[in-house]
Amino acid sequence: MPSSARTATLRDAVGLGVAVGLYGVAFGAAAAGAGLDTWQAVATSALMFTGASQFAMIGVLGAGGGAFSAVGSALLLGTRNTVYGVRLAPMLAPRGWLRRAGAAHWVIDETTAMAVAAPDRELGRLAFWVTGATIYLGWNVTTLVGSLGAAALGETAQAALDAVVPAAFLALLWPRLQGSAREPGVQRRVALGGAVIALALTPFVPAGVQVVLAVVAVALAGRPRRTATA
Amino acid sequence: MSSGALWAVVLAGSLGCYLLKLAGLSVPAAWVERPWVTRVVEFVPAALLAALVAVQAATSGPDLVVDGRLVGLAVAAVALALRAPFIVVLVLAGAAGALVHVLTG
Repeated sequence: MPSSARTATLRDAVGLGVAVGLYGVAFGAAAAGAGLDTWQAVATSALMFTGASQFAMIGVLGAGGGAFSAVGSALLLGTRNTVYGVRLAPMLAPRGWLRRAGAAHWVIDETTAMAVAAPDRELGRLAFWVTGATIYLGWNVTTLVGSLGAAALGETAQAALDAVVPAAFLALLWPRLQGSAREPGVQRRVALGGAVIALALTPFVPAGVQVVLAVVAVALAGRPRRTATA
Repeated sequence: MSSGALWAVVLAGSLGCYLLKLAGLSVPAAWVERPWVTRVVEFVPAALLAALVAVQAATSGPDLVVDGRLVGLAVAAVALALRAPFIVVLVLAGAAGALVHVLTG
């Protein structure tokens, strides 16, 4: 393996870890706003360790939602990690249950993207483990920082944080709607449908349930196309 | 929600999310790689994240409300369209929300 490719992989993995760390601050602060204490916020990052699910869980809790809606929305967003795992299994080929159990915890958007983008299988494995380790460390440390920082906020800063949370969700959503994503037009249609359904249901269902029910907007994506499965 | 109930949510959600990850590495690929499964999974984030954007920005309990959060969201959308980095997007949205709070509070 050429050492320059190895260096590039390591550099990209560490860079991504630092970038993702910024989301960790936002998560820690938002978790505090939703009523999680610092231990609960850090436990979520350490044990759940999948950003969109974590944000969804505290989003529902912050809106006054119940336990089932909070867990349900986290699980719905967690399903894509199952698909990632299927894609990564041949590359990682984890031997023994212990290694497989360890690898599974780090199967997330970023590790999958880095591993799949690597030029060969060995670099792919390296990218997976290094990206996973960097993000895991950064994500947990910055969650702690965000949670502790939010506890010190006054009323005006709290209003600022209230505006940061929807902006953070929008920033998570944004790349999925752009031209570089697969079928961006369909993604936009589904996103708009999800937002409309959630708002329309808000007065009529318990808090948080509208988020879970918005998943029916996936029907707007229509049938799978033959080319989409290739 | 009590602290104990929050712990239950955190732990149940974490266990469930972990099992979803583990399943991907463990089950035969053919179970998951069906066209309609991958299609649904591909579009679930768009539906749920957009629902969360809407609920977080424009509702309070059972009511639809317009306040500084919606202004912050509009600022964030402009910043994202201009390809601003994540942290800049959040700072601008927060500043807009705080400004509205100061002006209207």
